Amino acid sequence: MSLGGSMSGKEKMNQEQSGGASASAESLTGEHMSEASGSTLGSDIQAKIGQHLRAMYDDVVRQGVPDRFLDLLAKLDQPKAGDGPDGEGGRS
Amino acid sequence: MSKFDPGLRDEIIAAIPNLRAFAISLSGSVDRADDLVQETLLRAFGNISSFRPGTNLPAWLFTILRNLFRSEYRKRRREVPDSDGAFAATLTTNPDQNTHLDFEDFRMALDKLPPDQREALVLVGASGFSYEEAADICQCAVGTIKSRVNRARRRLGELLAIEDIGDFGPDKTTRAVVVAGERV
Repeated sequence: MSLGGSMSGKEKMNQEQSGGASASAESLTGEHMSEASGSTLGSDIQAKIGQHLRAMYDDVVRQGVPDRFLDLLAKLDQPKAGDGPDGEGGRS
Repeated sequence: MSKFDPGLRDEIIAAIPNLRAFAISLSGSVDRADDLVQETLLRAFGNISSFRPGTNLPAWLFTILRNLFRSEYRKRRREVPDSDGAFAATLTTNPDQNTHLDFEDFRMALDKLPPDQREALVLVGASGFSYEEAADICQCAVGTIKSRVNRARRRLGELLAIEDIGDFGPDKTTRAVVVAGERV
């Protein structure tokens, strides 16, 4: 909610970052797949789900970085007058 | 002279393909996904000082993207979801020609999952995040993520098992009825 709405989400982001540390203790004891690999589902179907999911995802990943994003980053990285607000502007 | 730490900039660029794949799985549309990624990059660079070097940059970016999607999703809730098969539209290669139909079935089944379950499944099952990282990104408990992933897998398993039965059994109408019954 906070990040989507405005730039004021910095603190929230930092909170979230630090939240991960405390959670990791649980993973050491928890069995990730305990429920998912239960007896109700065939393991072949579960394997197929994993394969299909990664195949779809990786197909997008393999497309690399579209030019529009490289152009955008180049623009963002260009110091010029009018870039002022973030403190590093002022060069022209 | 670059305004940004070049290393950080390169890391962000390296994360873009994964961000796109995640965004497509969330939004169901390539165009909306790319808009989401663009907005995410703008936010990320605008808030770059809030990123702590040494922490998980991809997770930070995924969090921004997910939050953007969530706020947009709330606004668009009433709109008919774009179900033109975003993943299929992006497919350039079929991973296995013999399983094309399987693949279509899978994509449709994935579309039927509630957004919470789908995003949890994608984060853990495709993006390669740990349950803990996924919980961070979704701002919920690790147990909640595990439960969502398990429910997603179970639901997909049910849907795909029905499709399998369809291969040697009931005709399409019967299958549709069975699937519809499942959804109640």
